[in-house]
Amino acid sequence: MRALLVVIVLLGGWEAYVGLGGVDELLLPAPSAIAAALVDDRALLWSNFTVTAREIGLGIAVALVLGLAGAVAIHLSKPVRRSLYPLLVTSQTIPIPVIAPLLVVWFGYDLTPKIAIVALVCFFPIVVPTLDALDRSDPQRRKLMRSFGASRWQTLRFVDAPAALPGLVTGAKLSLAFGGIAAILAEWAGSESGLGHLVLQALPQFETARAYAAVLILAAFSVALFGALTLAERRLLPWARIAS
Amino acid sequence: MQTQTTAPVAATSIKVDAVRLDRVRNAFGAERRRAAVVTALDDLTLSVREGEILAVVGPSGCGKTTLLELICGLIEPDGGTIDAQAAALMAQRDLLLPWADAVDNAALALRVAGLDRAEARRRAGALLADFGLHGFERARPHELSGGMRQRVAFARTLLAGRPVLCLDEPFASLDALTRLQMQDWLAAALSADPRTVVLVTHDVEEAIVLADRVAVLSPRPGRVVATLEVDISRPRERTSPELVALRARALAELRT
Repeated sequence: MRALLVVIVLLGGWEAYVGLGGVDELLLPAPSAIAAALVDDRALLWSNFTVTAREIGLGIAVALVLGLAGAVAIHLSKPVRRSLYPLLVTSQTIPIPVIAPLLVVWFGYDLTPKIAIVALVCFFPIVVPTLDALDRSDPQRRKLMRSFGASRWQTLRFVDAPAALPGLVTGAKLSLAFGGIAAILAEWAGSESGLGHLVLQALPQFETARAYAAVLILAAFSVALFGALTLAERRLLPWARIAS
Repeated sequence: MQTQTTAPVAATSIKVDAVRLDRVRNAFGAERRRAAVVTALDDLTLSVREGEILAVVGPSGCGKTTLLELICGLIEPDGGTIDAQAAALMAQRDLLLPWADAVDNAALALRVAGLDRAEARRRAGALLADFGLHGFERARPHELSGGMRQRVAFARTLLAGRPVLCLDEPFASLDALTRLQMQDWLAAALSADPRTVVLVTHDVEEAIVLADRVAVLSPRPGRVVATLEVDISRPRERTSPELVALRARALAELRT
């Protein structure tokens, strides 16, 4: 309720600032103009949104699968931990705009390079909390499993994998924030559609309100997915909040 | 064969040793090439007859947990020989899985043994009902009291189906009153379903209430300094003169 009040005050201030001529409307459109763009350009926004949403969704899905596999591999093998983990950190310091053109050359202009970039960006924030959760899994439990004669695979299935789930969910939440930006950057490197492509076209056409509307849709999408994940986490992993 | 809780102990072969340790030595730190190698156990000789309940008491850090891990085959001794039937370990902490309910936790060893979930749950559920946990089958560990959690952990240990049970200070984390209740409960459970038991504890009274024989370990490096036969009929009264006298003897051995 209080958060809503803050939003209303902020929007009111923004509207007044632009309305009273504090800034050129081409640089910062008023909230009312953005709202108008949302309505007027809804068909255009929607068709481009579905493209970007697919890039983010598939990219994060790929990152989740690879991230879980990577975390488990690092968790189980000391050599992999020593060789791969520093490399992972390095991979995160490469600015996406630097390698995005390369990926476009490799994979073309369609969906694949976008998925690759989103997955690349989201891989690390998924691996780190998942690996942390795995490493925090009580070594005594593994000893117990060994006393039952459990195989490595059984220990992973009954003890380690469930223990890693909260970390995986945290990673998924983080990747929702990074995935949106990654998809936009990927589209800027070369694309024919998507919200990022739409923004890139709208700005030189002085359709600033449309660009802001596109950003707003992307933000709303991320917030909605984040909320859904939080809700699912509370439903499916109630033990995670109590146990830790 | 209805459940695995029926003891695989042959009543006729009571003289056979289920566990035998001969001049066992175990040290920490050697494998990490640390300067200070801590010898946990040294020249430890000990045997447990089939169907016997042996309590091992000793001061903190005398290698009691190491002893159980050796018996269970979780670690290898640095010297001496160990000859033991298959043993299941119940650790000091219950180590219940927080995401699994009471039945799934109790059934863990059955799942590891390859039973499907429904059959494993059926067997574990029956045992939990025997243990007074009827109505708590679907409760998660955090919804159970300390005593209930230990009962689930004990059920899980029993269902591992091993002839020997290694109990590592199973009630150390419980409050005093619950601990007394759990000791009586364990005594009843073991008389209903006799097993070979190695019970490690620092609680001398617990050792005498539960065990047929008490081995007293020295401070590190741990070795057996005294063995007391507990020739008191069950159920045992904590205040009975024999028990009080034996407790005094055991405490005296611990202090020397």
